[in-house]
Amino acid sequence: MSGPGLPPLDLGQARLSVQEPQVRYDKQGERSDAERLAAANATFARDFGRTAALYMESCIHCGNCAEACHFYLSTGDPKYTPIWKLEPFKRAYQREAGPFAWAYRTLNLKPAVTVAQLEQWQELVYDSCTMCGRCTMACPMGIDIAGLVGLARHALFAAGLVPHELWAVAERASREGSPLGATPKVLKDRLEWLADDHEIEIRVDAPEADVLATFSSIEIMKYPESLVATARILNHTGHSWSVSTRGYEATNFGMMSGNVAWQRASTMKLIDAAIACKAKIVLLPECGHAYTALRWQGAAMLGRPLPFRVLHISEFLAENIASGRLRVGKIGRTAAFHDPCQISRRGGATRAPRFVLEALGLELRETADAGDLAFCCGGGGGVIANRRADALRYKAFEIKMHQIDATGAEIRLTSCANCRQTFDDGAAHFHWDKEMGSLLELVADNLLEPGTDLSPCPRGEEELTAAASY
Amino acid sequence: MELLEFARGPGLVFSLAVLIVGLAWRIYAVYRRPAKADLSEPRSTAMAAGAARAILSRMWHHETFRDQTLVGTLNAYGYHIGLAIVFFGFVPHIAFVKRLTGLSWPSVPGWLFVAAVGFAFVGLFYALMARLTSPVLRLISNFDDYASWTVTILPMITGMALVHLSLDSPYPLKSTYPIPVAVHLLSVELLLLWLPFGKLSHIVFVFLSRGATGAAFARKGAAL
Repeated sequence: MSGPGLPPLDLGQARLSVQEPQVRYDKQGERSDAERLAAANATFARDFGRTAALYMESCIHCGNCAEACHFYLSTGDPKYTPIWKLEPFKRAYQREAGPFAWAYRTLNLKPAVTVAQLEQWQELVYDSCTMCGRCTMACPMGIDIAGLVGLARHALFAAGLVPHELWAVAERASREGSPLGATPKVLKDRLEWLADDHEIEIRVDAPEADVLATFSSIEIMKYPESLVATARILNHTGHSWSVSTRGYEATNFGMMSGNVAWQRASTMKLIDAAIACKAKIVLLPECGHAYTALRWQGAAMLGRPLPFRVLHISEFLAENIASGRLRVGKIGRTAAFHDPCQISRRGGATRAPRFVLEALGLELRETADAGDLAFCCGGGGGVIANRRADALRYKAFEIKMHQIDATGAEIRLTSCANCRQTFDDGAAHFHWDKEMGSLLELVADNLLEPGTDLSPCPRGEEELTAAASY
Repeated sequence: MELLEFARGPGLVFSLAVLIVGLAWRIYAVYRRPAKADLSEPRSTAMAAGAARAILSRMWHHETFRDQTLVGTLNAYGYHIGLAIVFFGFVPHIAFVKRLTGLSWPSVPGWLFVAAVGFAFVGLFYALMARLTSPVLRLISNFDDYASWTVTILPMITGMALVHLSLDSPYPLKSTYPIPVAVHLLSVELLLLWLPFGKLSHIVFVFLSRGATGAAFARKGAAL
């Protein structure tokens, strides 16, 4: 059945198949294979709830998910088919936990998953999946493959089979409170410097505050202008706000690497800080996965509903523009917007940035596949922290780069520092003469001081209602 | 016991029992697994509506994926609808169901039956060719895919043999050609026996899976 351009069909295998993924993996710790496997299986059994089981029973092997994946589309390699990235986990489910597991085991219809297979699949689960969820949109069965990849990462982390660079930043975040060395002391020094340099008030460790501002370490270390922009906006809206050195780091490498204990520890720092200062709102920075970690998974970490609202900065901007509390000037240029997957498609806040762009008087030139169906930049899910994935990531990035170019927009914006970092890195690699800007910083640069009579605000009731639904 | 007698009696009862018990067990085995309550503040509480929306909206692909998935989608509709018309619209099948349940309905016109048979055959063979030639589909396919295809096409083949014989037979087929009728019935029973164990169970799981995603995503206000 092999033909030109087709991988060889291996008829010696128990099933019709092509070549296994390239062996390319890292290991943490000194443990026997049996111990690694036992740890993976135990984690797997613990995680495998009703919805995941439902998805495992539902796949019809149609392959549509491949047509949504930027890693498959940019390489044409079938091993990047999203559902294939879960193959050993599907086998483990059927053999150990599925409805007919006893038959699979007794008759050995599905051989037990081996450590060698988990090692092989490490590349597929970590290097070639940003958990962007575009494949979920293409699945006729509605299977949330991205969510299942998150569960697969739990098992691989338990087995000590994580790309080492991703593991190292996650471990550092767990130990120091920040993956990039933005410790409480570094943050405090940096905020003092920024406050002096920009002659702006930045409140730190206030005993009480309505809004607790948080940042991503990428902003703290690479884009400090975002910290200033956040302070400017909060001072402008007149909210009682503060930064807390007890909980400020919104990135969550525990979640991305697959360590639930580290994920919980990071999240609890934010929750504890918010409770301590009686915050009504925890304001999340321009960071995609931070939104998933606190907005949608934070309550599960706490074990009860969060006693405060969680807003991404784009939602906060939209709400306050709609209420008239935040007044911005019109820019009058054309703009392209890159949707961070975790905030738009998977987070449900697709409309908020568009509302802000409209308020700024920008003519939005959408890319092909914009909004909920936008392509990922290629660096999400910890992929950009994993240097061995660079070549693959650049291929995926090319799709986005060409789509942005095709808009012909004068400026390019996003609301995720990780995406921004991926664009910066991609632009340097491809000598692309475009820069990805921050929506937050653009708003901060175009604030209208009180008394400036240029904007017809406050907005109408309809817009307030729309903003409340972001 | 004659083969036809077996196929119309114990064989049919057994295969139907396996179908019902097997599917029920498979669904129960999924729903007995623990489910974590989502404690996050919902963006929307219209989760039932979200489930319904997902079930309906995934009947067709997003426009973005049209170029890559249109042919496959149309083909799938072709053979699914074709199979449904053949099963529910052909006179002997209606008589068979009436004997079992007492229920009956009008048959489809002959031209529609012939067209449905054509769509089902062509569609199923196209699906098999796609699975064997597409690198993606070859990679992700396993025994279940080929077994499910086989047990689906077999009743079509054995049934078409009967249609051919019926052209020359002035009497009910079961009296003139008991063995071919029995073989056709047994091929259907093979399909019923396999259905709960393989991917043909998507006749049930398609609604459960889409519904679960639709409800969860509606809660977040996320895209469906």
